[in-house]
Amino acid sequence: MTDTKVPVTTRKDWSSDQEVRWCPGCGDYSILAALQMLMPELGVRRENTVFVSGIGCAARLPYYMSTYGVHSIHGRAPAIATGLAVTRPDLDVWVITGDGDSLSIGGNHLIHALRRNVKITILLFNNQIYGLTKGQYSPTSEQGKVTKSTPFGSLDTPFNPVSLALGAEASFVARTHDMDRKHMQEMFRRAHDHDGAAFVEIYQNCNVFNDGAFEKITGRDVRADNLIPLVHGEPIRFGSEQQLGVVMDRDGRLRVAEVAEVGESALLVHDERRDEPGLAFQLSRLARGPYEPTPIGVFRAVERPEYGAAMTRQLLEANERRGPGDLAGLLASGGTWTVAG
Amino acid sequence: MSTATRHQTTELDRVVIRFAGDSGDGMQLTGTQFTSVSSAFGNDTATLPDFPAEIRAPAGTLAGVSAFQVHISDHDILTPGDAPSVLVAMNPAALKTNVGAVAPGGTIIVNVDAFDERAFEKANYSSNPLTDGSLVAYKVYEVPMTSLTMEVAKEAGVKPRDAERSKNFFALGLVCWLYSRPVEGTLEWIEKRFSNSPMVLDANTRAFKAGYNFGETAELFEVNYQVRPAALEPGVYTNVTGNTALAWGLIAAAHQAHLPLFLGSYPITPASDILHELSKHKHFGVRTLQAEDEIAGVGAAIGAAFGGALGVTTTSGPGADLKSESVGMAVSLELPLLVIDIQRGGPSTGLPTKTEQSDLLHAMFSRHGEAPVPIVAPMTPSHCFEVAIEAARIALKYRTPVIVLSDGYLANGAEPWRLPDPASLPDLHVDFATETNHTDDDGTPVFWPYIRDEQTLARPWAVPGTPGLEHRIGALEKQDGSGNVSYDPVNHEHMVHLRAAKVAGIARDIPLLEVDDPAGIGGAPLLILGWGSTFGAIAAGVRRLRARGLSVAHAHLVHLNPFPANLGDVLRAYDKVLVPEANLGQLAKLVRAEFLVDAHTLSKVQGVPFRAAEIEEEALEMLGVTAGATTAEEGVAS
Repeated sequence: MTDTKVPVTTRKDWSSDQEVRWCPGCGDYSILAALQMLMPELGVRRENTVFVSGIGCAARLPYYMSTYGVHSIHGRAPAIATGLAVTRPDLDVWVITGDGDSLSIGGNHLIHALRRNVKITILLFNNQIYGLTKGQYSPTSEQGKVTKSTPFGSLDTPFNPVSLALGAEASFVARTHDMDRKHMQEMFRRAHDHDGAAFVEIYQNCNVFNDGAFEKITGRDVRADNLIPLVHGEPIRFGSEQQLGVVMDRDGRLRVAEVAEVGESALLVHDERRDEPGLAFQLSRLARGPYEPTPIGVFRAVERPEYGAAMTRQLLEANERRGPGDLAGLLASGGTWTVAG
Repeated sequence: MSTATRHQTTELDRVVIRFAGDSGDGMQLTGTQFTSVSSAFGNDTATLPDFPAEIRAPAGTLAGVSAFQVHISDHDILTPGDAPSVLVAMNPAALKTNVGAVAPGGTIIVNVDAFDERAFEKANYSSNPLTDGSLVAYKVYEVPMTSLTMEVAKEAGVKPRDAERSKNFFALGLVCWLYSRPVEGTLEWIEKRFSNSPMVLDANTRAFKAGYNFGETAELFEVNYQVRPAALEPGVYTNVTGNTALAWGLIAAAHQAHLPLFLGSYPITPASDILHELSKHKHFGVRTLQAEDEIAGVGAAIGAAFGGALGVTTTSGPGADLKSESVGMAVSLELPLLVIDIQRGGPSTGLPTKTEQSDLLHAMFSRHGEAPVPIVAPMTPSHCFEVAIEAARIALKYRTPVIVLSDGYLANGAEPWRLPDPASLPDLHVDFATETNHTDDDGTPVFWPYIRDEQTLARPWAVPGTPGLEHRIGALEKQDGSGNVSYDPVNHEHMVHLRAAKVAGIARDIPLLEVDDPAGIGGAPLLILGWGSTFGAIAAGVRRLRARGLSVAHAHLVHLNPFPANLGDVLRAYDKVLVPEANLGQLAKLVRAEFLVDAHTLSKVQGVPFRAAEIEEEALEMLGVTAGATTAEEGVAS
């Protein structure tokens, strides 16, 4: 909740006294820093902020924020956050999760939180590996991945988290990566300000068990030619010389094209507010994986009734219609008879 | 519809009637309405609905039979009755599945229109039971209910196919006549219930009246009966099922605690009615969330509790398994939470619509690690109200999950309930933490979430929105006091002991176990110890034993963890202890382990409650008394 009298704070005010215990060099450090530096800019109070997490490396994050927090159990954070957010609409509720936590064991809770559109801000740290359990493949690992549990290569087709969120009726879906603090902060800010469930996938490097998973697109020298920034109302264009863009072929398929070949007017103009999620979904499928040009930014941001507010409205309406609850009336509501003394 | 002139009216002190028909025949509705008419008339009543798990099994088959048993009497009764004295069977399948329960000499009223070759085949009858002599022990009345109903319903203008559907109202009318029930209440109820389809309303009214008049005018029945009002305690009464009473108890508890009520629940038989009931009462500020699964239901309730609500989740059978992980988390987080388990037959999907008491050890031990949870169990349908409030009291005061073990029998069974005065309900006011409670090494005042109240060992409940008390809690082991993650072995052992001591200490805050022993505690040679829904059957069995001049004691546990402080002394005061349970001896196992007493188990796992006679027989056996002719059902002379 924004409040004009919110005290001025700094990153230090949002950092707890707990020693941060991720592996040195972990991408989680930069995400935490981005978040702690952003919080003073959001116009919110520490006491009204709650971070809820499940299990995994990312899930330790709430311990490092000097807000209210719950480090819960594997996969359940969206469910716990839902109960909190619908009963306490005055709070800012964040969910910190990972690819194992919310795409595997907690997949059900994630999709239902998104479709309900409860006001929670979900940050999914996607490192395409199980880090805390020391290196098994995850639901976002590429097929054929050799890990401790798949010595002959994994057989599973991975999830595309953005596609999944769009398919789950999410009203806000974005992607960012741990090498770009400003972009992360912009995505987190947009997600926080969204009135409903907001989903942000963060490509995050696990330097111990899956080092360089996103190097081909987020590395400093290759980034410009491999990350496609989505900007609402702008033609989708990228490249070190802005030489590349996204076009829609006659058969309706999206592809990356040389601007010089197709002409600037042929480029697809990004519209994050399209009611119909089909184009956003197509954009989420543009890259087969994080090794070829991949869109980042806000895929979708549409207005849809927020669940907790709708629930509160039903309560108020019932109260107006029937008056405040009266216990004696409730107990007698099934019909009574009197036995005389 | 005047009083019968050609019939004699015979006074009865009690009667047990079972309505049985196809699941589509409306037997639950018929039974429920007969019950409320009888309650309103002033009888004491107790009911036992019994329906299949399938919504509509093939019509006419044994699997599709749905029954509703009601016991009405002129004195206080404790059970829905052992054996029906009257069976209304709407088809051969209903006759076949229920006739075995009817007491010899009992009355059977059949809808003779439904007795044809095809129906015999579906019910696996090789011959017509009405003519092959198999019902010789009963008084059988053959009533053409379908055809008579269709006759009058046609006049209401409904199509022949729909007209047939009013036949349960014919049956209701007939039984109302047979037991001299006033008709006005039912006519008003039909009017209200079917107000949005006038034609059906008319057809049902006509069928009901036709049934009543048939009893009065057909020269089929020699007598009709009168069951006078019972001498119940003065007061205002309503008829309530266990699930409704539980839902109301939750609303009352939240009201008494001045907290918003939140229910996270996933539909499951037989617990869903609590979700339905609570969903209706939004004007009490009740928030209900039909979650995506059982785990989300309890997770959301825990989230709501963290935010300062009274968080509740409801479930049954396999749903209770799924919640174990989250309940363990609530033990570690030390947040108040109510877990309502409406027990049903297991294992696995088991018998969804049938009752059982087989989750006691699950409630005690289903979580990994040392994770103690207080457990309470209601004894009767209306007692669910009080138990819901007691569970909330313990949860809120001790910051702990509490499991309520109701069951299918209590959930769907109904009884008259003398309404409590809301002003007499306990005050459950909670003090949230508002101040820091510790000083850092450098002198800064801080909030430590695991500094405990010395008396209750409960930790402070600081809700988000409270400035200065920001804190993180988690399911990892934490340092005593600060709540920070701790892997220290000695601290872990200390925390395990603290959590155990907190729950064990609740024994100081619950009533001592009362023993019903006219000879004083230890006076009788046998104690019957029960818990939960066996209360009625055990109390009725004890009445029967005492009517034989035998000395028997009865004690009934509401608090199952921790046990009342005097339970050990009570058990040791008796030579013999009998524990009847609808499981294989779960409470007996606990009291044997805890108190080294030779508790003897009487087990029944048939999906139906104990009969008083079964308690009586086992007690006679233990007392070494040869069973003679049994006394009146509940030991009250006719």
